[in-house]
Amino acid sequence: MRKSLLLSLTGMVFAGLMSLGLGTAHAGEPVKIGVYYPMTGPSAVYGQIGYKGLQLARKERPKVLNREVKLFLTDNKSDKVESANAVSRLIQKNKVDAIIGGLTSSNTLSGAPVAEKAKVPMISPWATNPVVTQGKKWVFRACFIDPFQGYVGAKFARENLTAKNAAVLIDISQDYCVGIANFFMKNFTKMGGKVVSKLHYNTGDLDFTAQLTAIKNKNPDVLYCPGYFKELALIAQQAKEVGLDVPILAGDAAQADELIKIGGKAVEGLSFTTHFDEKGVTTESGKKFVKAFRAAYPGITPDSVSALSYDTYNILLDAIERAGSTDKEKVRADLENTKNFQGVTGVMTMKNHDMVKPAVILTVKNGKFQWLATVQP
Amino acid sequence: MTIHLFLQQLINGLGLGSLYGLIAIGYTMVYGILRLINFAHGDVMMMSTYFAFFGISVFALPWWAAALVAMALTALLGITIDQGAYRPLRQAPRISALITAIGVSFFLENVSLVVFGSRPRPFFRPEIFRPIWHFGGITVLSLTVYTILITLALLVVVYVVVYKTRMGMAMRAVSKDMQTVPLMGIDLNRVIAFTFGFGSALAAIGGILWAMKYPQIEPLMGIVPGLKAFVAAVLGGIGNVFGAVLGGFILGITEIMLVAFWPELSGYRDAFAFLLLILVLLFRPTGIMGEDLPE
Repeated sequence: MRKSLLLSLTGMVFAGLMSLGLGTAHAGEPVKIGVYYPMTGPSAVYGQIGYKGLQLARKERPKVLNREVKLFLTDNKSDKVESANAVSRLIQKNKVDAIIGGLTSSNTLSGAPVAEKAKVPMISPWATNPVVTQGKKWVFRACFIDPFQGYVGAKFARENLTAKNAAVLIDISQDYCVGIANFFMKNFTKMGGKVVSKLHYNTGDLDFTAQLTAIKNKNPDVLYCPGYFKELALIAQQAKEVGLDVPILAGDAAQADELIKIGGKAVEGLSFTTHFDEKGVTTESGKKFVKAFRAAYPGITPDSVSALSYDTYNILLDAIERAGSTDKEKVRADLENTKNFQGVTGVMTMKNHDMVKPAVILTVKNGKFQWLATVQP
Repeated sequence: MTIHLFLQQLINGLGLGSLYGLIAIGYTMVYGILRLINFAHGDVMMMSTYFAFFGISVFALPWWAAALVAMALTALLGITIDQGAYRPLRQAPRISALITAIGVSFFLENVSLVVFGSRPRPFFRPEIFRPIWHFGGITVLSLTVYTILITLALLVVVYVVVYKTRMGMAMRAVSKDMQTVPLMGIDLNRVIAFTFGFGSALAAIGGILWAMKYPQIEPLMGIVPGLKAFVAAVLGGIGNVFGAVLGGFILGITEIMLVAFWPELSGYRDAFAFLLLILVLLFRPTGIMGEDLPE
């Protein structure tokens, strides 16, 4: 008993000394930013291009508060457990001042509690699941959340496609799809439309003819199907086969080259809501970013993940600048106060740790993704 | 529900069911001869689609040549699996072979994940399978009609091979009494190798038509069709090729009609298919066309 008391006292003294040490960090010492991205594994594609966006941002703005910025990259291997480990390592070993990552919602959901507990500010560029920031004091994101995509989808269907009746086809094994679909239906009805059919499927299903035949029988003007590209390509194809010829609308999970490779002609005219497209940039910084990215990485198209990563870096550095130090509590408070940030993915304001910002609508035309519209919040 | 809508859903069900039945033929034939539930059947089917895919994309073969090459390679794969994995267990209890089959299944899936990667690849659909025919408001994909015809033709082929050839006679003998067959001067391993080769070639036909209908291939694509074909085979009476096709049609039509009549249950299609399997195993384990064995 006595021994443990002594131990914890010693621990407290050390902790006090350490926080003192950090508090008095001064010019000359680098600002340390930890990054946990999926550099290997199934999501490696995103991690690789996202880190390019971060490096570009770092190259353009290498200093803050007259101190050099140092990025510490750890690979979360597209894995939940590795994500939590990566965040612990960044905090304990590298003693970082703030953390950027993860990219996918599931990786961020397992990394975030570690940062929350250690009281280190963390900001994710791309995790759209609402739960990521819910009830968190230290976790932020640079993107909009799924409900907003549902809203934008409904607005686009009502106003641009002038749809009165919508059919909704939902992948019920994905929280992401169920969430977006619910917000679409709520908003579509509120805007005077009618949901005439609501049907389900599961990830991995291949045959959708029964659902699509039932939907065709209800004569909808638009099919809202916020699923992943794999099922979406087959749905578009089979819709044509059962004679259902209406525009299909989806969410950002549709954005993959495979959608077009597998869907071929059937996905022509399919539209979806997403974060960024180089042809849809609305801000000065956006135009500058596209140009700089093209110059730095010839042959690679700047996509949502790289643009959001670039924005995330600058949002964080702005907050540090306003805070005037790397004091974690001050940086956290100034992240909360992010207002009218002129990002490459649009003008954005932090609200409840999520960003209020515009969404982009892309469509498939002549076998390519094309920019269609930018929808303000 | 209008009669028109019902007919369209029936066509959808026939399209799906014929594919289940087609895959189930090879499944049930191997069982009928060897009493081995070859759980790797779905994965052998997956391999055949990759063979055809590379035949077209890398070697630029016409689609029918790629399909034939894929069938030959898949038959070879089936024989290799038998020689490597099942032959050493010929005298072992049946459960050992069954567990080995599951092992082979995992092996094929994971090797393909490493070699081919997990991203799905687009499969081809030849020109003759593309037209969509209209019959008074009902649409039918020509591929569906061809699949049904091919399924029926293969039934005849399997029947002729098993009942009208010397090899078929040997296969039936093996199914009756594996121990006595070698004593009669029949090369047991040759007969079994032929059975596996033939069954795998059938899997290749099923796999290629499946991939033409749902044109994306990936290493884990064999799992669900394999399980569904197993359900179809049990439903029809495992070991009976006609039962397998009948079971496939019943399963396909039931799945589609479930969604057609109870749209709110559309997310539970697979659960229903496996419920059907449990019910059959509980109340009529020999299936629709299976014989009651006097064991």
